[in-house]
Amino acid sequence: MRWCEYPGHWVGSEVFQNYGCRMFSGLWVTFELVAISVSLGFALALGLAIARLYGPRWAQGAINGYTTFFRGTPLLCQLFLVYYGLGQFRIFWQDIGLWWLFREPFYCALLTFTVNTAAYQAEILRGAIQSIPRGQFEGALALGLHRWATLRHVVMPQAMILALRPLGNELIVMIKSSAIASLVTLFDLMGATRLAFARSFDLTIYLYAALIYLVLVEIIRRVWDRLELRLTRHMALR
Amino acid sequence: MFDKLALLGFGEGGWGLALLQGAGITISIALATLPFGLLLGLLVALGKRSENVVSRWLATVYTTVFRGVPELLTLYIIYFGVQILLQRFWEWSGLPGSFSMPPFVAGMVALGVVLSAFSSEVWVGALNSIQKGQREAAAALGLSKAQAFRFIVFPQLIRVALPGLGNNWMVLLKETSLVSVITLPDIMFITTRANVATKEPFLFFGAAMLIYFCFSLISAWGIGRLERRSSRGFAAFGGATR
Repeated sequence: MRWCEYPGHWVGSEVFQNYGCRMFSGLWVTFELVAISVSLGFALALGLAIARLYGPRWAQGAINGYTTFFRGTPLLCQLFLVYYGLGQFRIFWQDIGLWWLFREPFYCALLTFTVNTAAYQAEILRGAIQSIPRGQFEGALALGLHRWATLRHVVMPQAMILALRPLGNELIVMIKSSAIASLVTLFDLMGATRLAFARSFDLTIYLYAALIYLVLVEIIRRVWDRLELRLTRHMALR
Repeated sequence: MFDKLALLGFGEGGWGLALLQGAGITISIALATLPFGLLLGLLVALGKRSENVVSRWLATVYTTVFRGVPELLTLYIIYFGVQILLQRFWEWSGLPGSFSMPPFVAGMVALGVVLSAFSSEVWVGALNSIQKGQREAAAALGLSKAQAFRFIVFPQLIRVALPGLGNNWMVLLKETSLVSVITLPDIMFITTRANVATKEPFLFFGAAMLIYFCFSLISAWGIGRLERRSSRGFAAFGGATR
């Protein structure tokens, strides 16, 4: 018996044992999908938030439109638009050598999730930067710090602490939302579970999947609480 | 490209009417879920603040579970699970025919349960913001606990809770797109079918995006108005706009 069959064996569920390996490899797909898209999204959001606040007027407008649009439409719809909609222009993508991206459901999901979470994270970071008191900027200016140095050494360290909790929530939301990747034929944890249910008609498999998601989310929540405590240990409040 | 736009129209072979009906379904399920989810959320919030240990524990487990499980999974579990349970009950009770779960009800219950878990957090925060003196004054005036809640606590609660609840509504509106997987003919379901029939995915999913975006913009405007209205008594303190 392989390791991934043991959890099903222990709880005495034949379906969970039979599909355990598929579900755990699905969990890995979910993990990859979320880890990559949230990190790429964060890098993107950092640039977007700064350009939204300090960039030229046209860039501010464009970024505002981008975040409003992607936060105002369902992720499922965005995913279908990318996977089916952009996949429609096959000849064009082949011409510019990007067909590999739009052919694979995994890359499509990755692209959609990155673009989506970048919009949410950009708004979180913008809010955090904006709530840094004016005096911090003035103090940095008085010390003769350059604009970038001010951002890098004075504003961002404080803003990141404020953004920590909402960013953790966004990570949890992305783990939960990643389940819809199963609707574009991707075998993430949800996809593997759907397959198991379609073949066995045993509903308990959904409950085991729910338990796995729940444990995952709880772990992240606990880690994030610890992280916050550690990062704010210099503050008088605690 | 432009000749394809006729597919979105109301003429021969146009999907305009179907899309409109889909939009109607989306709005109705969101509106049907809202009162159910918010009331349940308020009950859960009261449970969390209750003096009874068991009800506090139950409320905490409830919110932890439904905030941690993907909405899609909750939807499947409720749709198939309730179907199987009621089917068994049907056979056991010896009623003729068979039972089938209406997707609208399944979607409403699933989305409502998730909404209640999230909105309960908002309600708890708002309930905490109301000072003890308000309840004590109500008691001193001879109001019963229920009356105090109805006339003293609730009107103040709404003002504090509104921004959070507005946020919950925006999330709910987008989550309704998931009910298409249990064959409820909402916008996503109609556009998926139109895509299969016409092989024009970009056009149809793009149109769906725009419809959802319009709904979001209208909601944001409406929520802004409601917030201003509910805090109009507070303008004297330098404007309670947040």
